[in-house]
Amino acid sequence: MTLRARISVPKTVAAGSVVTIKTLITHKMETGFRRDAMGEAIPRDILKRFECRLDGALVFAADLQPGIAANPYLTFQTRIERGGQLEFVWTDLNGERHRETREISVAG
Amino acid sequence: MSIHRRSLLSATGAWLVLAPLSLRAAPRPIADLLRESFGARDIRDERVALSMPALAENGNSVALEVSVDSPMTDADHVREIHLFAEKNPEPLLARFHLSPASGSASVATRVRLADTQTVVAVATMNDGRLFAGRAETIVTEAACLDFLI
Repeated sequence: MTLRARISVPKTVAAGSVVTIKTLITHKMETGFRRDAMGEAIPRDILKRFECRLDGALVFAADLQPGIAANPYLTFQTRIERGGQLEFVWTDLNGERHRETREISVAG
Repeated sequence: MSIHRRSLLSATGAWLVLAPLSLRAAPRPIADLLRESFGARDIRDERVALSMPALAENGNSVALEVSVDSPMTDADHVREIHLFAEKNPEPLLARFHLSPASGSASVATRVRLADTQTVVAVATMNDGRLFAGRAETIVTEAACLDFLI
């Protein structure tokens, strides 16, 4: 399944400032508790893990469960001392990954 | 999707479907869940602010924001935030991992709630201390239907 992610992160920030990063990704987050019209259990299909790294260093991570709403939305914060590449990775139960990157730079 | 579900319910006799509700294992109280995750450790109801709408029309997506009063320094910071909804079939909603690089311990997401209930956020600090915050949301249309049919 093709996932589409939306990420909001400032392009340029002052060194040492705490920035807010917002992420949203299209995914049904099928709980595994529902049944289809034929009464068959619909298998669980969720994104299990989200990680955000700055130049390889872990910034924020989340272990997601079926109790997270469809199209998982996450907002978190991080202190930016120097610019670099932010990497965002979502991993589903089968180990399939969706990866995005954004550049962030420090002014001055 | 909900129209589909509704026609299915009326076709199959919605009330028969509701019967197994009482047969389901009763939700385990939050105290048990916390003991399972954190043992007998002391959890103090302070420092954690959990915010959700007082009333949610749809339990399938309820906005939630949690923040912990912490300087987020190497010496004093939040390591993890755990979210529990005791009336959900799987009470642990998510676990967030933070570090001094977070700068501020504040996370927002959207959760599913199977029923009107109190959600509990537990923050584990780098020195092992545990803090909790709670918020109640009245759910008028529960995500519960999903679990019944």
